[in-house]
Amino acid sequence: MEINMTFLGQMISFAILVWFTTKFIWPQLNGAIEERQKKVAEGLAAAERARAELKDADAKVATEIKQARLQSTEIIDRAQAQANAIIEKARVEATEEINRLKAQAQDEIASMAQRAREQLREQVGRLAVQGAEKIVQREIDPAAHKALLDQLAAEI
Amino acid sequence: MASEPQGGLTEYIQHHLNHMTVNFSTDHFWFWNLRADSILVSFGLGVVFCLWFWLYARKATSGVPSKGQALVELAIEFVDTQVKDTFHGDRRTVTPLALSIFMWVFFMNAMDLLPVDLAGWLVQTFAGHEVAHHTYFRLVPTADINTTVGLSVAVLLIVIGHGIKAKGGFGFTKELMTAPFHAENPIAKIVLVIPNFLLNVVETLSKPVSLAMRLFGNMYGGELVFMLIAGLMVSWISFVPGVVFNTAWAIFHILIIALQAFIFMMLTIVYIATAREHH
Repeated sequence: MEINMTFLGQMISFAILVWFTTKFIWPQLNGAIEERQKKVAEGLAAAERARAELKDADAKVATEIKQARLQSTEIIDRAQAQANAIIEKARVEATEEINRLKAQAQDEIASMAQRAREQLREQVGRLAVQGAEKIVQREIDPAAHKALLDQLAAEI
Repeated sequence: MASEPQGGLTEYIQHHLNHMTVNFSTDHFWFWNLRADSILVSFGLGVVFCLWFWLYARKATSGVPSKGQALVELAIEFVDTQVKDTFHGDRRTVTPLALSIFMWVFFMNAMDLLPVDLAGWLVQTFAGHEVAHHTYFRLVPTADINTTVGLSVAVLLIVIGHGIKAKGGFGFTKELMTAPFHAENPIAKIVLVIPNFLLNVVETLSKPVSLAMRLFGNMYGGELVFMLIAGLMVSWISFVPGVVFNTAWAIFHILIIALQAFIFMMLTIVYIATAREHH
C-alpha cells in the first residue's frame, strides 16, 4: 500500500479521459438522443392528430351518407308521385277523348240516319206519286193535284 | 507459476502482488516509483473506452440508430438517468464525468476476470523463464491503491470546484466555518468556527478515502481470492474444486465489477449534488 507517482499519473489519465468524454463523446451522443426524443414525440403527436382527424372525417361521411339516403328516398317518392299524376292525367284525357269521339260518332250516325230517312221519304213519295200517276194517269191532272200529292208525300 | 523451485502458495501470491515498477530518481525514494502496469493498463483501457464511444459519437444519428450506437446510447442514458435523479442542475459536465468514471472503472475492474497468470504466461512464452522471474505485471489497475486514490482525489477536487462555483469562494469558505453547527449571536459563531471547520475537514477527507478504499478493497480482495483459487489447481486432487470455485467466484465477481463501478459513479454524483447545496 504505497502511494507514489502512479497516483499522479492516474489523476492525469483520469483528467484526460474526462476531458475527452466531455468534449467529444457526450455532446454528440446526447444531441442525437435528445433530437430522436423530440422526433418521437412529434411523431406521436402527429399520429394523435391524424387519429382525431380521421374520427372527424368518419363522422362527416356518416352524416353525408345519411343525408344522401334521405334525399334519394325523397327523389324516388317525388318521381313516383309524378308518374302517378301523369298516368292519371293520361287516363282522364283518354276518357275525354273517347267520350268526345263517341259523341261525334253518335252525332254523325244521327245525322246520317236523318239524311237517309229524308232521302227514303223523298223516294217513297216519288214512287208513290209515280205509282199513283200510273194508276190514275188520266183522271188526275198533275198540275191540279200537285198540292195534294205534296201533302201526301210529307205525311209518308 | 506453481513450478517455481521455491514453490508454495505464499510465494506464488507474493510474486503476483508485485507491480512492474519504474523509479525516476537516483536515490530510489519510494515516492518516485511509477507502477507502469497500472498506468499502462488503465490508460489503454481509457483509450479503448474513448475510441469505442467516439467512433459512435462521430457518426451519431438522431434517426434509426445502429445496434452499436444503441448500445452506447444505452450506457449513456443509464448514466444520465442516475445523474438526473440525483443532481438537479446543468448536467453538461456532470454526466460525462459520471460516464467516464463508470466505464473506466468498469473496464479496469473487468481485468479481474482475465486469468491471474495470463501476464506472467505471456512474458514467459515470449521472453523466457529468466525474464519472467524478475518481471512483474498486475492486470487490475483498480487493485492498485494509487489508481483508486488518484480517481477519488480527482473527484474530490471536482467536488470542491463545484462547491466553489455554486457558492462562490467566500460562500464556500464561510460554509466551512459556519456549518453544520449554526449560531445566532456572534460570540457563539466564533466559538463554533473551530469545531465546524474540523468537522468539515474530516467530512471532506472521508469522501475520497471511503471512495478509494471501497474500490481498492473490493478489487484487491477479489484478486487475492482468484490467486488462492488458482493455487488449488496445482494439485490434481484439488483441480476440479478449483475450477468450480474459480467459475463461481468469477460469476460472483461480474456483479462486484459492475456494482463497484456503479457505486463509485453514484457517490461522485451524490458528492457533487451535496456540494452544490446551500446549508
